Amino acid sequence: MFGFGILSALIFLPLIGALLILALPGDGEATQRNARWIALWTTLVVFGLSLYAWAQFDTSTAAFQLVETKAWFGAGLVYKLGVDGISMPFVLLTTFLMPFCIGASWLSISKRVREYFIAFLVLETMMIGVFCALDLVLFYLFFEGGLIPMFLIIGIWGGKRRIYASFKFFLYTLLGSLLMLVAIMAMYGVAGTTDITVLLNTHFASSVQKWLWLAFFASFAVKMPMWPVHTWLPDAHVEAPTAGSVILAGVLLKMGGYGFIRFSLPMFPEATQYFAPLVWTLSIIAILYTSLVALVQDDMKKLIAYSSVAHMGFVTMGLFTMNTQGVQGAVYQMVSHGIVSGALFLCVGVVYDRLHTREIAAYGGLVKNMPLYAVAFMVFTMANVGLPGTSGFVGEFLTLIGAFTANSWVGFFATFGVIFSAAYALYLYRRVIFGVLDKPAVAAMKDLSGREIALLAPLLVLTIYYGVHPGPILDACAASVDHLIKGYDAALSLTKTAALALH
Amino acid sequence: MYTAIVFLPLLGFFIAGVFGRQLGARPSELITTGLLLLCAALSWITFIQVGFGHAPLQVPVLSTWISSGSLKIDWALRVDTLTAVMLVVVTTVSSLVHLYSIGYMHEDASRSRFFAYLSLFTFAMLMLVTADNLVQMFFGWEGVGLASYLLIGFWYEKPSANAAAIKAFVVNRVGDFGFALGIFLVFWLTGSVSFDVIFAAAPGLANKSIHVFGSTWDAMTITCLLLFMGAMGKSAQFLLHTWLPDAMEGPTPVSALIHAATMVTAGVFMVARLSPLFEQAPAALTVVTIVGGTTAFFAATIGLVQNDIKRVIAYSTCSQLGYMFVALGVGGYSLGVFHLFTHAFFKALLFLGAGSVIHAMHHEQDMRNMGGLRKEIPITFWMMTIGTLALTGFPFTAGYYSKDAIIEAAYASALHHPAAAYGFVMTVIAAGLTSFYSWRLVFMTFFGTRASAGHDHGHAHAAHDDHGHDDHHGDHTPHESPWVMLIPLIVLAFGALVAGFAFEGSFFGHHYDEFWKGALFQGKDNHLLHEMHEIPSYVGYIPTGMMVTGFVLAYFMYIVAPGTAGRIAAANPIIYNFLLNKWYFDEIYDFLFVRPAFWLGRLFWKTGDGKIIDGMGPDGVSARVLDVTQRVVRLQSGYVYHYAFAMLIGVAAFISWYLVGGVH
Repeated sequence: MFGFGILSALIFLPLIGALLILALPGDGEATQRNARWIALWTTLVVFGLSLYAWAQFDTSTAAFQLVETKAWFGAGLVYKLGVDGISMPFVLLTTFLMPFCIGASWLSISKRVREYFIAFLVLETMMIGVFCALDLVLFYLFFEGGLIPMFLIIGIWGGKRRIYASFKFFLYTLLGSLLMLVAIMAMYGVAGTTDITVLLNTHFASSVQKWLWLAFFASFAVKMPMWPVHTWLPDAHVEAPTAGSVILAGVLLKMGGYGFIRFSLPMFPEATQYFAPLVWTLSIIAILYTSLVALVQDDMKKLIAYSSVAHMGFVTMGLFTMNTQGVQGAVYQMVSHGIVSGALFLCVGVVYDRLHTREIAAYGGLVKNMPLYAVAFMVFTMANVGLPGTSGFVGEFLTLIGAFTANSWVGFFATFGVIFSAAYALYLYRRVIFGVLDKPAVAAMKDLSGREIALLAPLLVLTIYYGVHPGPILDACAASVDHLIKGYDAALSLTKTAALALH
Repeated sequence: MYTAIVFLPLLGFFIAGVFGRQLGARPSELITTGLLLLCAALSWITFIQVGFGHAPLQVPVLSTWISSGSLKIDWALRVDTLTAVMLVVVTTVSSLVHLYSIGYMHEDASRSRFFAYLSLFTFAMLMLVTADNLVQMFFGWEGVGLASYLLIGFWYEKPSANAAAIKAFVVNRVGDFGFALGIFLVFWLTGSVSFDVIFAAAPGLANKSIHVFGSTWDAMTITCLLLFMGAMGKSAQFLLHTWLPDAMEGPTPVSALIHAATMVTAGVFMVARLSPLFEQAPAALTVVTIVGGTTAFFAATIGLVQNDIKRVIAYSTCSQLGYMFVALGVGGYSLGVFHLFTHAFFKALLFLGAGSVIHAMHHEQDMRNMGGLRKEIPITFWMMTIGTLALTGFPFTAGYYSKDAIIEAAYASALHHPAAAYGFVMTVIAAGLTSFYSWRLVFMTFFGTRASAGHDHGHAHAAHDDHGHDDHHGDHTPHESPWVMLIPLIVLAFGALVAGFAFEGSFFGHHYDEFWKGALFQGKDNHLLHEMHEIPSYVGYIPTGMMVTGFVLAYFMYIVAPGTAGRIAAANPIIYNFLLNKWYFDEIYDFLFVRPAFWLGRLFWKTGDGKIIDGMGPDGVSARVLDVTQRVVRLQSGYVYHYAFAMLIGVAAFISWYLVGGVH
């Protein structure tokens, strides 16, 4: 339609919204209000459009769908978009979370309002682009481009140490990405194209695979983040405004996992098998180490940030099991974590807007004057703990069962995370929500406003719904995951027979 | 009908939980209690149809839950005799506890919340017992854990209640760690988590070796041990028991429902449900016996010296759960379930009776401040006495049939298994201890005189300051509880008296096969029920003898010569303190696990993340960059002759290099 496809529309609609806001005159009260509404409507329309795309999507096939191609630069570089069962859930997650980010910023952002919403809309373009790109260079552009608005969001609208945090975030992720750029050029050298659909069927020599794998790993491991390159995340979260944290935890972290599943696993199967023990080890360390660190945090956001690192540990562990349960569980865990951790950061934002501190010790006894908030926070805490019946359980359970089948020790150590997560999450909940309401400033806090209920209620419903009925997400990625694993196994058996033939 | 039984409490939870504020407390109470009574009625119908009729086994599938590759997990309700027994236990006790709570909690400000939690718990428990696969069982398992957490911490302003709630959840998670690994292993071995499939596969896995965790194991043994670890956590068995006494921080009806009659017996249910697996793992059964026997004995010893009325009963529960595991361990699954069934009646009765005493004493729980209450609260006294008789195994009460059968079974099995001999000795000793601490409780509470009339129970008021105690100030005479609380006591007392002889024949007597219809599995070599009939008759008198001994000792020490207990305690301070401090488990665990966890967390955070990763990584690099630039800055002095000098040196160096290089 209109000479471009639905995915292009998804990518460029937010930019149009950003241009509209840019065209608003002045910086008065009316402009700010208009900027908010334009941003909200843009994200809602994009979400609606993504639902339409979802309706067009056929879950029974592993092939890329809604594909559109345009010549670009010549010389093998193409503007190519498409989605499969693995990227579709992430596109939906992104478009779904964006209106919540806009809503969460409604009142809490008071300076440079126009620029703020422009940054968010540009960020949305970049994120959707990452998940839709079917050309490696295009992917890289979106992947890196997303850094800039996020850098600005933290650096301009962040907390006290925002400059330190934003530079740490930027340098960490940039360093990883540069190695990936080198790898992309090397792959172009081998295959003569950067078309992902072609690269997926290109065989790279074993020795080359390892180097390429490592280069991609550098980028994705930082993005995830995996231990020990995770230290940018707590700082970034703590300093970012609420909506920044939501989108950071909800979508940006998933780009790492998506990168693994789109590039590392299918394109470099031998290297994946070779490095799987390394990834498992780092994942287990992430799960155990960061869970313990989360236990001793005094800052709510930092605690949730560390728990995010632990949850991403389950994702990387699941991905590299290379069996159906592990990979599907990892995809599920990413989507679920997007919803749950986003909601948790929104919950922190609710009390931060009232008291302007994230220090846990400043709160206590909130259940008395904020009962609705206590309920919402409880549900998301339990989802974070992985209680069956919440979406958090399904991903955790599937990745663990996958890990156990792949290697019983991995399953054994990772399952300890189940104990630790209960400890830190409930300990946080107790200190914030329970106890005696004896601080006057805390006692004066009002329960959730209508806007806040509108933000949290859909997330709460989804958390429970996907906990008892995870079918929609699991079925969406089933065919693609199946295809991925079949391809992986075939590639490995091919090299095995080749090795045997040499003898 | 099965669907109705399971989901009516959930409906009650939604109504009371979501609309509780608008409805007010009384409608919430009536709705949840009414739904639960309906549930209980349907459950008894089910029980009769399934246990005594010819209703075929049905497993209605509600919907698919998780489907990933070869892993398929459904939401389904499996109702066989074992489930029917649990349905009756759960819904009966739950409905009575709902009813009782209307009276007990009438001073509380957030009753809707309380009833919502109770109904949520009941729903989760029913999901647990009707599960058709391990993962749905795990759903119920964790669900009851959540409800337990919420109810223990119900009085959220008490720090001790909050701590106890977290402790309960986390310790249970330690058990769940094993349960989860057990599920993974079952899936790995059989490719499924559905009961029908894994039960069918179990015989083929007997004596098969597998390689996990770096060494070779007997497949069924390691699987069952891991699953049993979950049971140990939920049923508060030795080593994972520490949460149960602390759980008494919750309101007393909660203790009766969750921490006596239903949730803590989930572990027993689990082992009985998985009897087809455990029958293939004799080594695991040996462990079950030893753990059960140890718990039965050890918890009873602690119960001897506790002064908090609820804690005595809590340790008693712990100990009785040990009995059930001994029964399971020696292969008498039906005996364990039968004791679970009878225990639910008399232990809920004792807890609710204790609640009635606490209610009468205006939230006083220390037995040293009680005494002589039998005249003031006679109905409670008689009901508690019936409960005590049943618990201690007085002839023809419920406990007499179920507990003595376990001791006999252990004896019969001891001929082949040394572990069963251990279980036998431990349960016999524990029988005496049980009788002693139970009668001690009755004597201290209802007989003698009150130590300090009009004592200060300010702490109770401080803890419940929102409960509106104003109407009691200046009125400290104990008062009998209202009928809404007494009726549940009477119903349970009836159960405690008749549940034994009414159902003995079905559970493990002549009607065993018609009743269970294969819901419990026994291997070819398991002739336990037969062997029990061939043991010498004097064995049957041993528990009764122990009961009488315990009674006489307690009567002597607390009625005939009060003060004897104090003298004995003073003469043996080490033993007394060891028991009073619960074998120092809390202190040991705090030292071994809690402190190191926080210490490690801080170490990883400050040193690991801060000094090493950031220090060597981003912060270190930027610091080095700054160092270098600062040095460069120092060179930039701004004086022209400095720059000229540097240029000259450069030019000189360049020319000399060129000249030297040019020679070649």
